Amino acid sequence: MRVNLYPLKEFRLPVVAEYINPDIFQGKSLEEIEKLEVWEGNKRKRLGELFKVEVETAESSQEAVITIHGDVSRVRRIGVGMKSGEIIVRGDVGMHLGEEMRGGKITVYGNVLGWAGSMMKGGTIEIHGNAGDYLGAPYRGSAEGMKGGKIIVHGNVGREAGAHMKKGMIKIYGCAGQFVGFRMKGGTIYVQKDCESRAGACMVDGTIVVGGHLESVMPTFTIEGLRKRVKIEEGEVVEAPFYLFIGDLTENGLGRLFVAKEPNPHLSHYEKFL
Amino acid sequence: MELLIKNGFVYDPINGVNGEKMDIAVKDGKIVEKVNERRAKKIDASGMIVMPGGVDIHSHIAGGKVNAGRLMRPEDHFKDFERKTAVTRSGVGYSIPSTFTTGYRYARMGWTTVMDPAMPPLEAKHTHEELSDTPIIDKASYPLLGDWWFVLEYLRDGKIEECARHVAWMIKATKGYAIKIVNPGGLEAWGFGHNVESIDDQVPYFGVTPREIIRGLCKVNKLLNLPHTIHVHTNNLGKPGNYMTTLETMRCVEDLAEDGKPAIHITHCQFCAFKGDDWRTFESGAEEIANYMNTHSHVTMDMGQVIFTDTTTMTADGPFQFTLYMLSGNKWTNHDVETETSAGIVPFHYKRKNYVHATQWSIGLELALLIKDPWKILMTTDHPNGGPFIAYPRIVAWLMSRKAREATMKKINPKARSRSLLPSIDRELDFYEIAIVTRAGQAKALGLKNKGHLGVGADADIAIYNFNPETMDPPRKYKAVRRAFKRAAYTIKGGQVVVKDGEVLKHIDGATMWLDVQLCEPCEIEVNENLKRRFKEYWTVEFENYPVSEDYLAISQPITVKADV
Repeated sequence: MRVNLYPLKEFRLPVVAEYINPDIFQGKSLEEIEKLEVWEGNKRKRLGELFKVEVETAESSQEAVITIHGDVSRVRRIGVGMKSGEIIVRGDVGMHLGEEMRGGKITVYGNVLGWAGSMMKGGTIEIHGNAGDYLGAPYRGSAEGMKGGKIIVHGNVGREAGAHMKKGMIKIYGCAGQFVGFRMKGGTIYVQKDCESRAGACMVDGTIVVGGHLESVMPTFTIEGLRKRVKIEEGEVVEAPFYLFIGDLTENGLGRLFVAKEPNPHLSHYEKFL
Repeated sequence: MELLIKNGFVYDPINGVNGEKMDIAVKDGKIVEKVNERRAKKIDASGMIVMPGGVDIHSHIAGGKVNAGRLMRPEDHFKDFERKTAVTRSGVGYSIPSTFTTGYRYARMGWTTVMDPAMPPLEAKHTHEELSDTPIIDKASYPLLGDWWFVLEYLRDGKIEECARHVAWMIKATKGYAIKIVNPGGLEAWGFGHNVESIDDQVPYFGVTPREIIRGLCKVNKLLNLPHTIHVHTNNLGKPGNYMTTLETMRCVEDLAEDGKPAIHITHCQFCAFKGDDWRTFESGAEEIANYMNTHSHVTMDMGQVIFTDTTTMTADGPFQFTLYMLSGNKWTNHDVETETSAGIVPFHYKRKNYVHATQWSIGLELALLIKDPWKILMTTDHPNGGPFIAYPRIVAWLMSRKAREATMKKINPKARSRSLLPSIDRELDFYEIAIVTRAGQAKALGLKNKGHLGVGADADIAIYNFNPETMDPPRKYKAVRRAFKRAAYTIKGGQVVVKDGEVLKHIDGATMWLDVQLCEPCEIEVNENLKRRFKEYWTVEFENYPVSEDYLAISQPITVKADV
């Protein structure tokens, strides 16, 4: 089944719409979808009051595909906990997109605010614009990081991407903010371009690859060697010399931080320790 | 207002009522012989259980460290929140609920009196502010006096009577209810980065031993005629092999007990009934403790049952909390409350599949089932250390039903399962015994005369549960028991119906109880002069700002106690 959603107005208040979820839409009629509950500010509303709903094909044999046309940057919690199906957003999206997602796919042709893919366990999120802070990271205070799945961002991301990550993959084809992979325990984070400082702070395990300029390597990381290439995943290998650092030593960590050699001449003094 | 509760199966162990069908009459917040049947509001409790309102002897619900725990764990709250309703205020859970939610959730389960067991005297004002904001339930708090400098000095010099006078002043100044001792001596030693390993180790600088502190304060407790005994969190808590320390602690006051009355309360005993040399050889010491308890009558205990969930541990036992941080690697705080005590907080997840956690779960239930006299072992989770108090219905089900225990046993760590004593225990508590471990026994241990029973003159705190003991068999229908205790059909507090079918109908304020200890001869001046001098030297607070005045409490309920000194 294919469903299109068109926002009826420019939202001024935060909207919480966790029912925009392929698993919930699956097998429902137009009327039933319009009756789903959403919150606009502190008012309980129906989905039909905020969105024009259009059911393109109602075949329930296929997995549901929801396409949102327009700016939903104030709409939070889209696709929370989804297990299958697909959400496509042609516009910007609000916080907590695909939180605790287990399967399926979310594609965004626009920007995303904080906590996209937070506590994710499976599935794929692909963002063609920029992502906000806490990409794939848990809620504040929690240590329950990403446990699986894949997040691909073609733009830049904010701070603390992949914090507390245990498993899975985050690929950032733009730049990243501070604290990439903070307290990371496993999994892989690839930043193709530049990265602000404190990458891998307090990491215990896992891999961070920085292909561009890294402001500085934390003093609690030690150099391990030079590598000719780094394998990100099956079929994606970066052919360039990389420094390999191990850390974070304050946590007795064995995390691997790869930093490309060429864009980082300020790290060349590490070579004398090799 | 008059109220008549008709035809319920009444369980009132203090008055020896065991499931008899009878009416309970209430007038002006008290239980009375009878009321005018036509005028009184009637509650039809036919086919339901009527018990006194629940009493909790040990539950950390307010104060400095509870609040620090709330701040430290945003992730604990965001999945468990309650919207405001027409009568209740909004709030959050889960393991460290906000004050309002704490009051409502206790009331929903039929609990009406709760004791906060650890108040650093310096944090007394904060604790009472939070207690005043905890609705519906009556509450009280125990000041931490086991590592209090003055107490240590008086005991070192053998001045029991002076110590008693000082403690009397402290209880009044902090508006406390009982003497709480946490890891006696260990907290003072922790100030120097050490701990005490046994009850005969010396406390640095003061030169007293935990044994002397426990015995001294036990004597003080008796001199002051306090309603509750000393409330002891033992040394070496949470370490394998500590059941020996617990036994020694109980033995050390054996000779101080008189006429079979309890002289000591060992709290959250599950955490101090560990056998083995390290975590690998860790096993249950419940049998040894139960054997001792079955042959001695000078001790009361509470369980400190572990629930498999994500919770937040918090005690005044700083060194133990540090050990727990080293074990778990979770985020933590540790705090030194000036000259008084310490505190620590570590979030902790008890997992079914973990051998130690599963054994801990088993130890709590083994204690409750192996100790034959239910008046001696009371039901708690040491909220939130073993798990949040909202798990009480599950513990009731485990105690009442072997089948319920077996259902959980199937899911726990296989090694823990094979070593557990639970499969060999057939005992299943009935509602009369449940009424003892959850209310009557707790009120008796606390010396609360008007709580925990339904005799004439008692406070009209009543819980009614929708479970028919005539038609349903609790061991088999344990899920129905759990449901009934989770949402009380009615909770009546001070003669007012506050909860119906698990929903709060009314937001009323509960009272704060405290002891007004009256000495034979006033000696305030002597105590104060000494204190004032020391305050100038060691405290960050002016002496004048230190005591909690009575008007500080929203509803103050002093209990007068005549001391022997």
